[in-house]
Amino acid sequence: MIPRSPLSLFLKVLMGLFLLFLYGPTLTIMILSFQGPQGGLTFPLKDVSLHWFSSLFQEQRVGDIGSSFRRSLTLAVLVMFVNVLIVVPAGLALRRGFRGSRVIFTLTIASLVVPSILVSMGIGLLFSQTGVEANWYTSGLGAHLTWTVPFGVLIMIGVFARLNPTYEEAARDAGASRWQSFRFVVLPIILPNIVGVLLFGFSLSYDEMPRTVLAGGAHNTLPLEIFAMTSNVTTPVLYALGTITTLVSFVVISLTLLFITLARRRTGAVKKA
Amino acid sequence: MPTKDVELIGLTKRFGDSVAVKAIDLQIYEASYCCLLGPSGCGKSTTLRMIAGHEEVSEGDILVKGRQVTWQQPSKRGTAMMFQNYGLFPHLNVEENVAFSLRMQGVGKAERSRRARELIELVEMQAYLHRRPHELSGGQQQRVALARALSTEPSILLLDEPLSALDPFLRIRMREELKRFQRELGITFIHVTHSQDEALALGDQVVVMQDGEIRQSGTAREVYDTPSNEFVARFIGGHNILKTETGTVSVRADHMDLHVGGLPSEAGARARLGQVVALEYQGSRIRVTVSENPDQDEARHVVELSDRSFYAAPANPGDAVGISWSAADEHLLAPTHA
Repeated sequence: MIPRSPLSLFLKVLMGLFLLFLYGPTLTIMILSFQGPQGGLTFPLKDVSLHWFSSLFQEQRVGDIGSSFRRSLTLAVLVMFVNVLIVVPAGLALRRGFRGSRVIFTLTIASLVVPSILVSMGIGLLFSQTGVEANWYTSGLGAHLTWTVPFGVLIMIGVFARLNPTYEEAARDAGASRWQSFRFVVLPIILPNIVGVLLFGFSLSYDEMPRTVLAGGAHNTLPLEIFAMTSNVTTPVLYALGTITTLVSFVVISLTLLFITLARRRTGAVKKA
Repeated sequence: MPTKDVELIGLTKRFGDSVAVKAIDLQIYEASYCCLLGPSGCGKSTTLRMIAGHEEVSEGDILVKGRQVTWQQPSKRGTAMMFQNYGLFPHLNVEENVAFSLRMQGVGKAERSRRARELIELVEMQAYLHRRPHELSGGQQQRVALARALSTEPSILLLDEPLSALDPFLRIRMREELKRFQRELGITFIHVTHSQDEALALGDQVVVMQDGEIRQSGTAREVYDTPSNEFVARFIGGHNILKTETGTVSVRADHMDLHVGGLPSEAGARARLGQVVALEYQGSRIRVTVSENPDQDEARHVVELSDRSFYAAPANPGDAVGISWSAADEHLLAPTHA
């Protein structure tokens, strides 16, 4: 047994504080969302109820939560699939290498350091200058992809670097065409990773704000709607909304992780418990 | 005149500026077991991969059964490869792995299952049809890999270090099986290995490679008895390299004599004096290392004696001894290149 040093204790406390900082606010919001009808934005809880959840689904004086929630979900799902359709082929191409592939890779990754708000502004300007109407499912989608594609490409490069090329050689040896080798060998093997990239795309898009602000057009996505509400709404309905959106994120993440674990178990990438 | 299954003509592979395989010529006869032997980096795996079609040829030609295949798809060459570490598809079970090539050809489900099961029975894996590769031992994976490779009905099976992932005991058993399969199937096996034992035990033809060139090609006995140069003699092991008036010669360690307490008068020039520096008991044999000069590596010689002849006149480390050999056991070596 390694003797415990004061440093190790310090690091443990630091980690504990970090976790508290990370989850404390979310937990507080969750608790306060069950505030009674007479309660306010802060503690103490005056009774426990689902009052604010039900009022969430009624017409609001300010804002249109239902529509923006639907928009955000649709956009996140769109981004999720379009992102994978871009980054998987991109990963394959970058792995094989082609003329200029290093330049393209560097440009893709470097775009991550461009401030989000500038990207958003640029896309917004581009659309307004060309006279095309900016919308969440056009310019907004594009703006979100500028965020998810570089991450996705980075992940896929890592995935393909770990993929043993012997599998593809064995497939070709058995007479598989390039497409068959991808469809029947590569794709099933990297499927858990692809699901990971799907999740990543979804969650990056679902809560993305700076890239939507100036490129998302007239209709708000959920993060923009919530942001607008923080200055107008003074009831715990805001907290109820927070609880629900967090719940959606957790459900998506849990389902994905469950799927990945099952898929990995099938191929023996993870030992059975 | 036996027909040639595989012919390599001036086969060259360059990786950038370095040359991995240097214009080699090789003929492999029909239905034979050929071992490509050499230290790592000698070009043996690259040669095999070029024959398989998984490595592009820089120059030269590959003929399979007299047919030019240098630029053909791997699956169109009549070859099949058994990969190092087997490369079984992790997401498919045993049956699906073996049936994979049939599935790619569009063979119906029932038919491909029937043919896959035949091959799986051939390698005696029928009890594991629905296991996935990670649920199998190394030896079992190898059998499945063999069945999968045979599913394309190749006339040449290419094996890349097929035994290196197995433990020593299993290695010898699988070695026997590979030889048996080769004989029973009547097809050519080309087997890449860095193990001399493996090559000698299996090869009808042993091809010794170094630095991308073939140093010697012949039967296992030819290579062992008459190594053509110093490199081959050293690499194949069990030989002493001795400088004599006629040139550099090799003498098999088990053809050397050990004289405890001085050299006999008739030994003449074919003898050396030295000190026992190591004794290794190997069961049926005793390996005695004698050094003429402890500072020189070339001055070390090995004498292998049967246990009977050793214990008739035993030596101990530190003893002054003589070693000798007869002219008939001497084999003149060609000077080693480079």
